[in-house]
Amino acid sequence: MILVEDVSFEYPSGRGEALSGVSVKFEPGEFVAVMGENGAGKTTLAKHLNGLLRPSSGRVLVDEEDTRRTSVARLARKVGLVFQNPDHLLFSETVRAEVAFALHNLGYAGKTIENQVEKTLGSLDLTRYADVSPFLLSGGERKRVALAAVLAWEPEYLILDEPTIGQDYLQKERLRNFIVQLNSQGKAVIIITHDVEFVAEAKPRVVLLSKGRVVGEGPADRVLSDADKVASASLVKPQIAKLFDQLSRFGFPRDVVDVHRAKQLLEDRLREVSVHV
Amino acid sequence: MDPSKTPKTILEARNLGFQYEGAEARALRGVNFGVERGEFVLLAGPSGCGKTTLCRCLNGLIPHFYPGVQEGEILVDGSNVTSMPTSEVSRKVGYVFQNPENQLFALTVEKDVAFGPENLGLPRSEIRERVDWAMGITGTTELKNLAPYELSGGQQQRVALAGILAMKPSVVVMDEPTSFLDPVTAEEVMKAVDDLRLEHGITVIVVEHRLDLVSRYADRIIVMDSGKVVADGTVQDVLDGQFDQLTGLGVGVPRVSQLWAMLKRDGLVSGQTPKVVEAAAEKLGGKLST
Repeated sequence: MILVEDVSFEYPSGRGEALSGVSVKFEPGEFVAVMGENGAGKTTLAKHLNGLLRPSSGRVLVDEEDTRRTSVARLARKVGLVFQNPDHLLFSETVRAEVAFALHNLGYAGKTIENQVEKTLGSLDLTRYADVSPFLLSGGERKRVALAAVLAWEPEYLILDEPTIGQDYLQKERLRNFIVQLNSQGKAVIIITHDVEFVAEAKPRVVLLSKGRVVGEGPADRVLSDADKVASASLVKPQIAKLFDQLSRFGFPRDVVDVHRAKQLLEDRLREVSVHV
Repeated sequence: MDPSKTPKTILEARNLGFQYEGAEARALRGVNFGVERGEFVLLAGPSGCGKTTLCRCLNGLIPHFYPGVQEGEILVDGSNVTSMPTSEVSRKVGYVFQNPENQLFALTVEKDVAFGPENLGLPRSEIRERVDWAMGITGTTELKNLAPYELSGGQQQRVALAGILAMKPSVVVMDEPTSFLDPVTAEEVMKAVDDLRLEHGITVIVVEHRLDLVSRYADRIIVMDSGKVVADGTVQDVLDGQFDQLTGLGVGVPRVSQLWAMLKRDGLVSGQTPKVVEAAAEKLGGKLST
């Protein structure tokens, strides 16, 4: 478990606190989305989870180890962080070498590395690019290579900063299935995102941040259908929630955020209507 | 200029093709389309389909900066981009990159936004006016003394857009311009761009996977797959006629359109696919109150 306890943080450049008294926990096998406006402190929080940043006050415990007293190298085995911008991470000549890099550093045997690389590339639909330079790939593809490079060493906690940016709908579906699979292996996946539609379909637990503070927490359908909460973090309701706001005058619930539940609810009523006509 | 004498077409691709040096396949193949002045065009398609390559052709980055083999031609305002110096192309076609870090380099936000107009050799007062205007509509005025690297991804994206708008180009090409922005800011930016189009007749081309964000503004959608154009029409016509093809290619159709398509498949609704929430609410409301 990662425990964030009353953490405040101020960057040395001093533009006020980026995080103010944040307390939140992430359990093994859990899927969590950290959402909030630009500059809310989401990425700052993520960097606290693997020790890249250390709190000005309060503490972060990763499986009971205090990040202030543990090296990033040690924490990185457990907590993998995939940056928003893939170009901050990529540097190798081929996709294969990129994905193998950290495994070499962590001291795995050649055969293990080879297997692990092939498995990871396959699961992210990147096998056909194994021998291509990452820099010849599109923005969305480079993003998947950056993910593969971290995923290859199978960290217990995986933090993805804006994983859906530049991904088309099919890639998002694949990402979602992939996260479910990681969860079923007991790994925690924490995504930082603005993508309300992705969250509405994938239904992680949501932590809402605004101006460095936690302003809401709970299941995706409850949080994303709460107009005040959503507005407080500069998000908008998912389309389906907006639709069900307007359909509530027909007695429909308002906390509907995903297409499949929407379809179920409407299907029954529309059948009744067509029978009466 | 007498508007009746201005040719309507501002951009035209004629049998455009491109293959990057060292790549095994062509990134663009036989692309043909024309864009009229003041149109708002959405460019969509699966990741890696050639959208960004097409944008690079529109502003002359291809073939001037990316080596490779180009076929066909691309005309901006009747002139061939390939034979125009990039400095001239950039006056006409402003390009907002997918990754704002590739665009920002000055020491402060204000200097970055001023860079373009300064290089156009405009008088000082005009530069001042444009910079203030561009920072105002992108909500970046309060960031003006900060260094670009101090900004969040979303803030950088807005500054990059301000820098392009300050050039007052006739065409703005934006490659996923709001991907790093929170939804409220993303909507504000798209609205500001659309207002500019309506007020100043700017032509807008936006690369975007998420139709829900732009379907309200876009007149037209061009869908690409494997370097070719596979659909080109009004958003409404393409949603009505090629829905399965769109979803098959991973285009993020609005959720309300998706819901409608599912209900339609079960024979529970019929007629035009709604592309925005209000239309869906009205259509379903009508059905439910019968």
